Amino acid sequence: MNTITDQKHIMLRVEEKKVESEMFATLFFQYALSFVPGQFIMVWIPGIDEKPYTISYHSQDRFAITIEAKGIFSKKAVTLDKGDLVGIRGPFGNGFDIHSGEKVAVVAGGCGMAPLATLVEQLDKTATVIHGARKKPYILYPDRFDIERDFCTDDGSFGHKGFVTDLLEKQIALGNHFDRVYTCGPEIMMYHVFNICEKHHIPCQVSLERYMRCGFGVCGACVCGKQVVCKDGPVFGSDTLRKMKDFNTKALLKSGKAVDLSLYFSWRCQ
Amino acid sequence: MTVQFLGKILKNPMVLASGILGNSKDILERVHEQGCGLVTMKSIGPEPRDGHKNPTVIDLGHGMINAVGLPTPGHLNMENEWKELEKRDFPLVASVYGGSVKEYQMVAEYVSSKKPDFIEINISCPNSEQHGMIFGINPQSSHDVVSAVKKVIDVPLIVKLTPQAPDIARIAKVCEDAGADAICAINTVGPGMVIDIESRLPVLAFKKGGLSGPMIKPIAVRCVFDIYRTVAIPIIGLGGVSTGEDAIEMIMAGASLVGIGSGVRYRGMDVFQKVADEMETWLLDHHLSLEQIKGAAHKENGE
Repeated sequence: MNTITDQKHIMLRVEEKKVESEMFATLFFQYALSFVPGQFIMVWIPGIDEKPYTISYHSQDRFAITIEAKGIFSKKAVTLDKGDLVGIRGPFGNGFDIHSGEKVAVVAGGCGMAPLATLVEQLDKTATVIHGARKKPYILYPDRFDIERDFCTDDGSFGHKGFVTDLLEKQIALGNHFDRVYTCGPEIMMYHVFNICEKHHIPCQVSLERYMRCGFGVCGACVCGKQVVCKDGPVFGSDTLRKMKDFNTKALLKSGKAVDLSLYFSWRCQ
Repeated sequence: MTVQFLGKILKNPMVLASGILGNSKDILERVHEQGCGLVTMKSIGPEPRDGHKNPTVIDLGHGMINAVGLPTPGHLNMENEWKELEKRDFPLVASVYGGSVKEYQMVAEYVSSKKPDFIEINISCPNSEQHGMIFGINPQSSHDVVSAVKKVIDVPLIVKLTPQAPDIARIAKVCEDAGADAICAINTVGPGMVIDIESRLPVLAFKKGGLSGPMIKPIAVRCVFDIYRTVAIPIIGLGGVSTGEDAIEMIMAGASLVGIGSGVRYRGMDVFQKVADEMETWLLDHHLSLEQIKGAAHKENGE
């Protein structure tokens, strides 16, 4: 039997807050968190709510989460500052599958850069990083990495005008070979990235998002087809994605009602 | 290790507890594939309900505390799910709750028309302001809800009880007399509370929550033992089971089937197959069958 470990909240105080742009804030904590890129933690603001967040910065004794101000919780979270108390549980989930020596592409859309950032920091300079957003203020960490990025925005306000999928197709058409593609962003974007990968027989890893409660695979709030996103994922590979009929189609509301993804996301962003 | 239960043949005596995973046909099917003989849907209520805000589920290491708060799409709002479930090839329990006898009856009657193999009424959930618990602690209200539901459904009825009842065996007997076909015991224990001393706040958003997992097993075993003495109908023994030995203990207390919920946390979704295999090994080693050990703890000399 597995060793049972206490998973109550670890209470931490915000050590530093960094405002990334008008859309994003990053909260840093002094704490040695054992973590693999792609995993997430449940973040509790006492008296408010608890939500899953990816780790966006990680070193031996420090980590951070990056928040996009969207809903009730995140709008509160971006107002937190040095000394404010939050509780964390985790990390949970599986994380990205990283193979040394591979030539890889990372495709990020909007706040999807947050879970990919610690992965990008582990990659060597041969990696291709494609990073898109609606418009310039939604480009997260524009100056962060050693690796050069291919930027794009829907409105052309930063980098190429167009979608990350255009840039990925272009890279492949130019003869760039990829052993693996990692992606995170809006689900429709990840679905198109996955389909491009399928067409070119490239293994793909996608990080999914669903409404979560427990974080450890018991309550069933985040099921997606036969997969439990918090426990089996949030990162899923091509073999699983091919069989996952809810990928880019359906998600559960808080009540457990399965709805079209567009309805789910309009609820999530309220 | 196939077993007969209320006229159905199950591949083993393992049951998925209501409230764990059972949100869709796909995931229920996977739990069945991972070794569970009988799977239970999340409790279905009369109106759409979101449940409580997070935190809702916390692992305390020796068990969990939860106040998910009975989220449900509502019984009239699940047509796609029922359509999917029609095509199932596994036995299914539909769990039902309500805020009044009339609501239980209305939801159960509707759910019965969707032909689950069994209906379980949850008269024992501690996690909502008004739903369920009140029925399960009082003999008269337990009787009223069971007899009302029994009249309007045409599948066997399981009644899920709470250890909060001052005399759970008496409640079980009343339910049997009112027409229940089986008893499921127990629901979560409590409610309990965990306070975070840094923020000085209860950790659960609902403040109080039901306890489950290894820490409640002795209470569950005692309840099943007491119920077995008073009723003739089969018992699903549930509460803190995560190993084959735990399951054998439940059977010896008097259970016919053994449920698992929090055990999914501690040993993964295939906990059902693991526990079934461990039970089988134990029985083989002891040259015994399930029937031979059922209720064994009630015999004065243990034989």
